[in-house]
Order: sequence, then structure tokens, then C-alpha cells
Amino acid sequence: VAELAHNGRALVGEEVKPPAASTGALGWVRKNLFGSVGNTILTLLAAWFLVATVPDFVSWAFLKATWVAKSVRECGVEDVREGACWAFIGEKWRFILFGRFPFAEQWRPVLVCLVFVALFLASTNRRLWGRPLVVVWLGGLVINGLLMWGGIVGMTFVPTELWSGLPLTLVLAVIGMSFAFPLGIVLALGRRSHMPAVRSLCVAYIELIRGVPLISLLFMATQMLPLFLPSGVTIDKLLRAQIAIILFAAAYLAEVIRAGLQSLPKGQYEAASALGLSYWQATRLIVLPQALAAVIPALVNSFIGIFKDTTLVLIVSLFDLLMTANNATTDPLWRGTSTEAYIFVAAVFWVFCFFMSKYSQMLEVDLNKGRKR
Amino acid sequence: MAVDTARPGVRPSRTAFYNDPTIRAILYQVAVVVTVVAVGWYLFHNLTTNMARQGIASGFGFLNREAAFAIGEHLIDYSPADTYGRALLVGLLNTLYVSVIAIVLATIWGTILGIARISSNWIVRKLALVYVEIFRNIPLLLQLFLWWAILREVTPPLRDAWNLLPGVWISKQGLIYPMPKADPAHLWIGLAFLVGVVAAVVVHRWARQRQAATGQPFPSIWAGVGLIVGIPLLVWLAFGAPLVFDVPEKGRFRFTGGSEISPEFTALVFGLVVYTAAFIAEIVRGGIQAVPWGQTESAAAVGLTRTQALRLVLLPQALRIIVPPMTSQYLNIAKNSSLAVGIGYPDIVNIANTTMNQTGQSVEGIAIIMAVYLTISLSISLFMNWYNKRIALVER
Repeated sequence: VAELAHNGRALVGEEVKPPAASTGALGWVRKNLFGSVGNTILTLLAAWFLVATVPDFVSWAFLKATWVAKSVRECGVEDVREGACWAFIGEKWRFILFGRFPFAEQWRPVLVCLVFVALFLASTNRRLWGRPLVVVWLGGLVINGLLMWGGIVGMTFVPTELWSGLPLTLVLAVIGMSFAFPLGIVLALGRRSHMPAVRSLCVAYIELIRGVPLISLLFMATQMLPLFLPSGVTIDKLLRAQIAIILFAAAYLAEVIRAGLQSLPKGQYEAASALGLSYWQATRLIVLPQALAAVIPALVNSFIGIFKDTTLVLIVSLFDLLMTANNATTDPLWRGTSTEAYIFVAAVFWVFCFFMSKYSQMLEVDLNKGRKR
Repeated sequence: MAVDTARPGVRPSRTAFYNDPTIRAILYQVAVVVTVVAVGWYLFHNLTTNMARQGIASGFGFLNREAAFAIGEHLIDYSPADTYGRALLVGLLNTLYVSVIAIVLATIWGTILGIARISSNWIVRKLALVYVEIFRNIPLLLQLFLWWAILREVTPPLRDAWNLLPGVWISKQGLIYPMPKADPAHLWIGLAFLVGVVAAVVVHRWARQRQAATGQPFPSIWAGVGLIVGIPLLVWLAFGAPLVFDVPEKGRFRFTGGSEISPEFTALVFGLVVYTAAFIAEIVRGGIQAVPWGQTESAAAVGLTRTQALRLVLLPQALRIIVPPMTSQYLNIAKNSSLAVGIGYPDIVNIANTTMNQTGQSVEGIAIIMAVYLTISLSISLFMNWYNKRIALVER
């Protein structure tokens, strides 16, 4: 009725404004916060929740926090701490980020992390996608390998046992993804193969790995792998964990890539064979470029998953970012600061994962533009 | 090594039968199988020689030996004098217990969050968004450590335990809460509950048949709730309404009475639920948003109420999209419960790890872990596939 009246009046040329309560800030508040009885109750509940938690947290994290101190004792009175002891992070951040890497040489892991971040950023540049990006990544990885190991141009040699913290986490995730990716492609192609023996082997591998937790593979790599090797042959502990991560990630990537293969219309396969391309030619030139492009956002998500999963290596006592944080809190001067340590590490992980997931969402929208109706 | 011996045998024959894809396929497969078997045999050979050299006896005989380690939490009777086999069984039950509780709670919490994500209330919507973005971007193990640290560092020692609710206390020792005192009536109330469930199912079937035959609806949901709640309530009243709670009493050094949840268990379940619910929320939101708006409008146009529209039109369609990814989240919960080893909750991985360290039987220990998780994964997959088939669109 109101609409009719509005139209009628508008016809005579008289302009009628909507009621004041339905526009502007007030209107927005009414519509979005107090639209109905239920809505009002929800708003009040949410407001109560915020009032109950946010001031306490702000007081703990900022107002009553100690930013400079020599030990945890100075952060509170007689073991009772009202606020966070960020002085602990100020004292230990280098150990948490770079761990047992020789202190004087820690500019190297800093550079390694920067190179990784630069590589991530370079990967978002779509003009580089394809062969240039592969070259950039190979170059970056070689530089990082040299920086981590050292042993040339005056850099002391640092064995993998001393690699720790953020660079180790990044190495495990990036190398895990790089090697799992081709393996995943092979497994995905095998699973879609017409040869029953190949197909069943691939299905068995994928389902077996996806059915067990990563921890069991890490245990296997650290405790059982030495038993599988001929006597006298030993493999570095980091490499063993890395192999477990690669084998684990490959099974998950295979399923992602299989989804891409399945999304390809059958006509593409038929057209490829009509052109006289062999299986490998068709796969390399027609199938994979389209199938992989369709699953790029899912691949980014898989990488986030691998990145988060690398924290599990601390259970087989490798010094990843979480393990260094754990170790930092065992310092008798800084007892009872685990909460601060974990929040710091969580912030580091969060920044990486959040931006990668935002990028993947953006990419998904962007790559689907052509298909959107 | 095995690859080198297998390949040269294949290449000449490939050129010989170049034009026959069938023969080529067979040769490829023979090559692959021979390679896999050869590598497998080589690894197995190394394994047996290494184990013989280190004097590790293979086989599951150790399961009957005395475990000699204590387990903090056990659902069945256990003491260090029991066997490794029983210790592993305790671990398995703990894994299942944690997984089931976490799956149920994560489903409820995740669904609430998913609906909150598309709520018309701005503040609720934004809060849910912030929750999801924070918790799914932090590694689960780190979250478990964080909750575990907060439970240890922020909660007071037992003598200063916080009184959360009347009778509910939290301290470094975990959560202590009141339990109803055992009463003979409980057995009968339990039986009455079962009777109520059966009666509700019968009424629901009858109501559906009647509606199909005569078109007359019957509020079978409310009748069902009434039966399931009402019958046990009547039995309880018939027994003179016994309601005595075993309320924990705070002593100087420990609590007497009540039941207790350990900090490890609390941190593990809490962490699993908080983390997985963020993913479930996105699945639920996606599923609901995937149902076209026209469906809601047509449901209203044919005269369904909002509840009916939700139950009969929207949910069945949303579930079809929600169930498959939900299955993988449930599988993730079961597998992620293995992170218990990080905070010391005695799940199967933790106990198998202790067993491996004590006996050196790492091959058997890992085989047990893998077999357990494969069985759990397979069972969840089978159940969810069955459920998925039930709700799937019936096409020609």
C-alpha cells in the first residue's frame, strides 16, 4: 500500500522521502541489528559476549602486559600475572623464529624466509605463470639451499640438524608440495587409467594414505625407514620426515588433480586423439594444462593444509616453528609463558595461511569469470 | 635397482607390438607390477635382515606381555600389570571416545556457526566470520598446545579452583562437575527412554502412512518429542522423583564426589571441535546458499510454513551438498585425534608409541596404528556413503 501511495504521489510530481527510521545509520541499525524480536535477542547476546570477553582480553594482552623485562618474575607479582609477558617474545623471538641455527649466521635464515615470501609473491603474478615461474622457483630454491647449508663463499656449513624454526617449516612445506605435485599427477592419471593393474595400485595407495593420520607416516619414516634400507645406508632425519610429508601430500593432491581431470569434457580427449596425439602428448598438451588450471585454487588450499600439517614433525623431534616455541618456554627464567609463545607462533602461521586462503578465494572468482553466467 | 632390471625387458617388445594397444597395455602393467613387487620384495628383504641383525623378534607375541606402564584415563579397567594388548585396547577406546564426542559437538557448533555466517544480524554474521577466519588458519596442533597451555597456566591450582557454575569447578586438575547419584530408578528410566524412542518411530510411521492415504497431517515430531521425554519423566515421577546429585565438595587437597574431566581430554576435545567447526561452518553455509532462492519462494507459494519449508524443501536439498564434504571432516576428526600424543592424552597412537619404545616392535606398532585408523576411516566412509545414498536425489 505504501508503495502504491508512493507511486501515486510521485506521479503528481511531489517527492516523498522514505521514513527517516529506514534510511541512514538508524535505518541500517534497525534493519541489521533489531529487525525482529529474535534478531534483537541475538544482538544483545552477541553484545554481551563481546563485553564479557574483549575488555578482559585487551587488558591481558595490552593494558596490563609487560613489554620489557629480564625474566618472567618481573612480569608479575609473586607468580600472579595479570597481563601477558610480551617481554618473553622480545627476548626469545630470534630463537623461536630461527632456533638452533648458529646465532652469528642467522642473517641466512632471514634471507631464506624473505626469498620464500618473494617466491610466493612472484607466484601471484599471472604473467609469470608457466615456464618463467618454474625457472624463478628453481633459482630461488637453489639460493635457499646454498644459504641454509652454506659451506661456500665464507659461509660456514650448517648441518640439517641445526635447521629450525620458520625456515624449516617453510622448507618442509615448499619441498613437500614441489615433490608431491608431480607424484600426485602420476597417481591421479593412474587412477583414471584404463589399465586395471595400474588403476588398482594407484587407488590402493591413495586410499591407504588418506585413511591414516600423518603421524603414523612420520613414525614410519623415523622408526621404520632405517629398517627398510640396506645396512650401512642412513638417511638424514629431516629428509625422512620430508619423505613422509611428500608421500602423504601426494595422495591428497592426487584427489584434487583427479577432480580437475574429471571436470574436463570428454570431447577434449577425443579431439586430442583425433589429431593423432599419443597418450603422453595429449596429456601434456591438452589434458593437464586445462585440468590443472581448473584446480589451482584447490591446489593453493592443499598447500595451506600441508603448511599447517608440517607442525606435526615436532612429534618426531624436528625443530619446526612450534618446537622452537616449546623449547623457548623451558628456559627457567621464562617459566609459564607458553600462552604468549603459542600466540606469537599462531600469529605467524595465521598471517601466512590467511593471505594464501584469501588469494585462493580471489583466484577462484577470477578464474571462473569466463564460466560465470 | 629393480627398475633397471625390469625396464630393458620391456622396451624391445614395445617396438615389436607397436600397433597393438592391448598388448602394449598388458606389457605396461606387467612392468609396473613387476617393479612394485621387486621394490616391495627388496624392502621386505632389508627389513627381515635388519631385524634379524638387531635381534628384534617379529610378530605380535609382545601383545601378551606385561605392559608395566600406567595410563591416566581408561574406559575399561586397566592397571600396569595388564598386557600390552589390553593397553592398546584402552587406547583404541579412548580414540573412539574422543572422536565420537568431537564429531557430535563439532557438528552442532559448526552448524550453528554456519547459520550464523548467513544470519540477517550483522554483528552475529561478522562474529562468525571472524571466528572462521581465525581458527581455520592456525594449525590444529598449535591450537591444542595453546588450549593446553591456557588450561595449565591461566587456570588456578586446585586449592583456588574457579567455581564456574554451582557445583562446577575448573582448575589445573581439569573440570569437576556434579553427577546424579546412582539410583535403581536410573535403569528403568533408561528403559523407558528406549520405549519412548520406539513409540516415537511407530507414531511417525503411522502418521506418514495416514497422511499419504488421507492427506490429514499429524504433528508427529512434537508427539515423538513428547513420547521420548514424557515416558522417562513419568517413570521418574513414579519412583518418587529421586534427584540427588553427587556434588563435588572442595577439600584442602582434592575434591570429593562429582565427576572429573582431565585437562588433556578437555584440551583435545575443545581443540578438535573449535578447529573442525570452522570448516563445518563453511560447508553448511555453502550448502544452504547453494539452494536457489526460488525454492524458498515456491515453498511459501504452495503454502508451507517457514519450518515446513526448511524441513521439507530447503534442508533435503542443502544436505545433498553438505554430506560428502562433511564426511571428510568427520574422517579428519578421527585422524586428527591422533594429535593427542602431543598433549599426552592416552589415545591409540600415544600408547602404541610407548609400546614401540619399550619393546622395539616398531613395525607391528605402526601396523596396529594404521590398521585401526583404516578401519575407523572405512567405517565412517561406509556409514556416510549409506546416508548419502539415502538422501541423494532419486533419478530415473
